[in-house]
Amino acid sequence: MNTIFGVPTPALYGQILIGLINGSFYAMLSLGLAVIFGLLRVINFAHGAQYMLGAFAAYLLLTYVGIGYWPALIVAPLIVGAVAIVIERFMLRRLYGIDPLYGLLLTFGLALILEGAFRHWFGAAGKPYAPPAELTGALNLGFMFMPIYRGWVVVASLFICVGTWLLIEKTRLGAYLRAATENATLVQAFGVNVPLLLTLTYGLGAALAALAGVLAAPIYQVSPLMGSNLIIIVFAVVVVGGMGSILGAIVTGYVLGVLEGLTKVFYPEASSIVIFVIMAIVLLVRPAGLFGREE
Amino acid sequence: MAVGTQYLAEQPKLRTTSLVVGAIALAALLAAPFFLYPVFLMSILCFALFACAFNLLIGYVGLLSFGHAAFFGGAAYFTAHAVKVWGWEPLSGILLGVAGAAGMGLIIGFLAIRRQGIYFAMITLALSQMFAFICLQVPFTHGEDGIQGVPRGNLLGLIDLNQPLAMYYVTLGIFLFGVFAIWRIVNSPFGNILKAIRENERRAISLGYRVDRYKLGAFVMSAALAGLAGGTKAIVFQFATLTDVQWQMSGEVILMTLLGGIGTMVGPIVGAGLVIALQNYFAAYDFPVTVLIGIIFVICVLLFRRGIVGEILELLKRKPKGTV
Amino acid sequence: MSNAPLLEIRGLNAWYGESHVLHGVDLDIREGETVTLLGRNGAGKTTTLRAIMGILRRREGVIRLRGKDLIGLPLHKVAQAGIGYVPEERGIFASLNVAENLMLPPNVAESGMSLDEIYTLFPNLHERRSSQGTKLSGGEQQMLAIARILRTGARIILLDEPTEGLAPVIVQRIGDVLVALKKRGMTILLVEQNFRFARKVADRFYLMEDGRMVNSFPGHELDARMDELHEVLGV
Repeated sequence: MNTIFGVPTPALYGQILIGLINGSFYAMLSLGLAVIFGLLRVINFAHGAQYMLGAFAAYLLLTYVGIGYWPALIVAPLIVGAVAIVIERFMLRRLYGIDPLYGLLLTFGLALILEGAFRHWFGAAGKPYAPPAELTGALNLGFMFMPIYRGWVVVASLFICVGTWLLIEKTRLGAYLRAATENATLVQAFGVNVPLLLTLTYGLGAALAALAGVLAAPIYQVSPLMGSNLIIIVFAVVVVGGMGSILGAIVTGYVLGVLEGLTKVFYPEASSIVIFVIMAIVLLVRPAGLFGREE
Repeated sequence: MAVGTQYLAEQPKLRTTSLVVGAIALAALLAAPFFLYPVFLMSILCFALFACAFNLLIGYVGLLSFGHAAFFGGAAYFTAHAVKVWGWEPLSGILLGVAGAAGMGLIIGFLAIRRQGIYFAMITLALSQMFAFICLQVPFTHGEDGIQGVPRGNLLGLIDLNQPLAMYYVTLGIFLFGVFAIWRIVNSPFGNILKAIRENERRAISLGYRVDRYKLGAFVMSAALAGLAGGTKAIVFQFATLTDVQWQMSGEVILMTLLGGIGTMVGPIVGAGLVIALQNYFAAYDFPVTVLIGIIFVICVLLFRRGIVGEILELLKRKPKGTV
Repeated sequence: MSNAPLLEIRGLNAWYGESHVLHGVDLDIREGETVTLLGRNGAGKTTTLRAIMGILRRREGVIRLRGKDLIGLPLHKVAQAGIGYVPEERGIFASLNVAENLMLPPNVAESGMSLDEIYTLFPNLHERRSSQGTKLSGGEQQMLAIARILRTGARIILLDEPTEGLAPVIVQRIGDVLVALKKRGMTILLVEQNFRFARKVADRFYLMEDGRMVNSFPGHELDARMDELHEVLGV
């Protein structure tokens, strides 16, 4: 058996794959956070809860309505996006223009409500969600066996990230979004319905989180607390990457996921804190973050 | 935000009123254990001190720490370990907790003050989560079980803290000392510079103040006082567990302060009392406490951002203006 | 040219926070007319434009476009009613390239210039269409700020100090552009300190002082009123 630094290569590749998968979720979630923050100046603490809602929507659709994985990939984000639109219209909107900390506190309260309610109804234990039949089994890559579903998640998340990036960088809607991030008043004075743009952006960000949640359901179990533990790590990812750049958020997410996976191989005790340690180092060396601009 | 203290200083009449109210409050606190469960009261005192310590940072420097549970729960672990395993006397155990929290505050604060506003909140949250992970793994905290059965012992070898009333009055003493310390800090020249930083950081920098040092100083003091609350809580309740270092606890102390009134002296105390009382009340019902806390958060942020005490002070401030 | 004004402003008051900055401003612009606001710095010229657009929200009075009241409209509806705004700071977006900046404002009418026409009028913009918007020179940015409004089909354009800080050659170019726009029947409300520039295009002048309209006169009287203007404007 081959080894690298005394570690058997299949174990190494296995952990890199797990790291890549975790990184996929970090990337998708920090991307959504960055888009929302860019335009709304709100750190969406409910992002983790919205991710959890996506996973639960998939689980409930399957259990009670018989709607399977593939349609859930569309339906769950639509449901969560709609909930988010209501939240933006009736709550977040009232906080624009005041200290952004209040947006953080409001979404924190919402996250507590959502998580507490789901925990009350469904208990804290995770619920299994089987991957669709088309994606079960494993693929022999020659150097390792890869479960097909995991490979799918990495590929799908890449598509989602690149797709979102293209939407923002290459479309007219994206141009509105970028311009409004710089100067929302002027964009509105040009006749763009900026309040609607804000609503849609929050809905889109939440839908992205929900989509990640559906993808996650077969890998991690569906549980009320799956989002809150993840969101704190994603905050660290966002601090490392800086929120100035969409591409930066994506790249940082994948890289930190892989680094975390590698830590699991070489120094497992530190694997749960390695991302926070990296954040601390980045704060010492480049306080604005790797891709950030000091504001 | 921090209109309370300044305003009182300018209003001699109100000042006497507040002295009277303070005296009544003190008398009530002294008499309280004869009417209410001492454990319930001590719980309120510990959390009220914790909220006051947190408020020192958000209310007077404008920094929202989302990681204060690390100092509160960390100190509880240090105190519990020193008293139970090393057999320390309780007060020195609590002081060790304070020192430990101050040390952690120095490290976390040093990193967090490198960014502002929303990032500051995220960084403190992430670092305290890292500390929670460490607490889960290192042996001395006993993982999921926590440190149980911490003896209350004899304070300075003199007072037997196993007597509920003795424990209560010691806790009250610590609470009053902590609040007095915060009051002194806020009304010192140091405190005035903190407020200047909160109002306009750039101007404070251009006036030649080393803003970062003041922020770090305030952060360490706030952490140490949160540690005082946490260490005391470990003696009162005789255990230290992961609950106290987790992010939910950081959220609770934010809520107490927000509900009572950010930047007011008594607001966090009122907020802590209300939140603890509500939690106790709802514990008897089948209603999830997390949801309750979330709902109060949303209502506070949307409807009364000044908090209960803040809104009352605002009303008092308007009235005399109208009559003059 | 009909007699009813295209844009009619009556008793316009506006506030920045607590401070009252416009005091009962009256202003009429007829279709196809170019009107110039003169006044010292701080006289309320830019504020008048911002109040018309609705960027300044605290205002009272009447702002009517073709008889339709604008004052109750949300900000984005004002542009949709057919008013284009070229702000003093030009408002070119750094995160958009030149072409994206040009395409940013949504069309408000069918009558806008086509891209071809715009690129013919401003060849520089075509050359630099994929550069970052803020990498353009000041003059080019001003052209871009005007061009993107022309694209939308707005029939009335509010121009805030288009010549400020620009070299004489560029000022000349902008003057040519405005003359071309007048020929196309565009209605223009111009804020300008440089009245040697303004006299070439303006049909009428309004004079502002301390947030009030103090005088108005037709363009051909400018020369006769030079001394009076020098006194009010302090130039």
